[in-house]
Amino acid sequence: MSRASNPALLGATLAFHHVSVRYAGRPQRALDQVSVEAAPGQITAVVGPNGSGKSTLVRTLLRRVPLESGHVTVGNAQAGHIPVTTLHARDLAQRVAIVPQREEPVLPLRVEEFVALGRHMHRSAFGGMSDADHHAVQQAVHRAGIADALGRRTDTLSGGEWQRVRIARALAQAAPVLVLDEPTTFLDIAHEMAVFELLDELAKQGQTVLLVSHQLNLVARFASHIVLLHRGAVAAAGDATAVMRGEILERVYEWPLVVTRDPAVGAPALLPLRGSGRHRDQ
Amino acid sequence: MTLRPVRHTERTAGVAWGLGVILLLLVVVLGLSIGAVSIQTTQVINALRGIGDASTIAIIRDLRAPRVLLAALVGAGLATSGAALQGSLRNPLAEPYLLGVSGGAAVGAVVAMAMGVTQPALITLCAFAGAALATLVVTAIARVVGGSGDTKLLLMAGVVVGAFANAAILVALADAPPERLRGALFWMMGSAADATWPAVARCAAALLLLGGVLVWRARDLDLLALGDEPAAALGVDVDRAARRIFLVASWLAAATVAAAGLIGFVGLVVPNIARALGARHHRPMLLLSALYGAVLLVAADLLARTLRAPADLPLGAVTALVGVPFFLLRLRRLAA
Repeated sequence: MSRASNPALLGATLAFHHVSVRYAGRPQRALDQVSVEAAPGQITAVVGPNGSGKSTLVRTLLRRVPLESGHVTVGNAQAGHIPVTTLHARDLAQRVAIVPQREEPVLPLRVEEFVALGRHMHRSAFGGMSDADHHAVQQAVHRAGIADALGRRTDTLSGGEWQRVRIARALAQAAPVLVLDEPTTFLDIAHEMAVFELLDELAKQGQTVLLVSHQLNLVARFASHIVLLHRGAVAAAGDATAVMRGEILERVYEWPLVVTRDPAVGAPALLPLRGSGRHRDQ
Repeated sequence: MTLRPVRHTERTAGVAWGLGVILLLLVVVLGLSIGAVSIQTTQVINALRGIGDASTIAIIRDLRAPRVLLAALVGAGLATSGAALQGSLRNPLAEPYLLGVSGGAAVGAVVAMAMGVTQPALITLCAFAGAALATLVVTAIARVVGGSGDTKLLLMAGVVVGAFANAAILVALADAPPERLRGALFWMMGSAADATWPAVARCAAALLLLGGVLVWRARDLDLLALGDEPAAALGVDVDRAARRIFLVASWLAAATVAAAGLIGFVGLVVPNIARALGARHHRPMLLLSALYGAVLLVAADLLARTLRAPADLPLGAVTALVGVPFFLLRLRRLAA
């Protein structure tokens, strides 16, 4: 199905409505009445300390955890906002492409073959790759900047290359919504910036981007909307100036810090205090 | 900018196919020629066409051809089953015998026969039921002991269920009249010696049908092998797909058990060979496993007949002699 013929595959909003999740045997909820709305044409970021529920939020999309209450919808005004639980796994994957947090290269596939796995939800069980499939794979490879690695085996890639190959696989899904769980972990500065610039460019082209990240300062620079999670609940939400405030972040991260200005673009930026290292006496 | 699609035909696999076909022809011809009476290849071919003296024709057509074919089908089925289980459980040591499902199938068949069922098709169905029950028991044990998804626990549970199955077979057949029931040794160690054309037909039908389902769902296996979360992200209904593959692979193994008893390690060794020969996706991997599984078991059956002739060794004993050292090597590499 081409995007043009199916309005559900045009720009789509991904919305979590008062979502609560409780893992079996845990007294506290992993998510407590969390609402997040990721709109087309911008980067929406979910940030927060370790264990604040960021990855659980992504896992609700993978339907690996049952919702205690609330619901998650995807869609637009034209096609309607459909609860993801009513969608078949394939139909969901046509609308929402997810880059999960952890994944090891297990099959000895070449990069091109691995990216082509991102076309699974568009293909019939026996059908070969159609022209549209080939085109989507090529475009994804080009956008993720991994054309040089096409013929290599995935288990020979560096950490940075592997992350970009995984992003390329999600791009090959050609879904209107792209969700990434900590995509820049293990990346050096240049590769991390390249990923953020790619996401920025995709958003400008109308893609809905939901980014789970630890990188507060880059999120403040690139994201239009930020949701700060703390112990499973929303501690703050809004644009960078609304969320990146010293008193909020100090409470959530339980560490003294100061919010200053990003000298490159003027966005709010965070600097942790204490722990002066070898500069103690200067 | 347009990128030229790089077409990596699975080139090593091409060589592997040619080699496999040649090896299969070789072992089939040897299997037909060698035995208590040695028959020349030209005579074998003539006998298959119905030319030659009556006793040679009878030996080839009624004894050796069904035996060789049944060994080939059982080997193909076990290897395909093992390849599917290894992919969906993400464990290169998974196979129907070690997972206890072959044992469950054997118990199903033995219980049916002990209760007086003589219809081979019904016995096969009871083997299916036994295999399905074994998959339930094995997954339940693994889940209760350590939460879902730990395939090491699944294998341990499988070994225990397999041991229990052997005990159940011995108990059930302790006072079985030998003229009415095949012995416990047949079920526990396997054999193609009693092969008949109807058994060959049943096994072929099961291989086509159940193996066909696995080949059809091979891309699910590619994705499941990535892990639960990546597979779910790419549009696989993970739990349902994994359950379905486990069940179909178990039934494929059960069909071989109903035909030739418990034969271990084929499902373990052969998929690893297919991987080493360059199969990267699961569709070529399943098909290549079927081919090499057939080669391996026809060769094993030939050894079973000739190693200590005129004694006919249990087929499962021959495959275990090859499979156990392989298992240990593989285990060491996994632990390293």
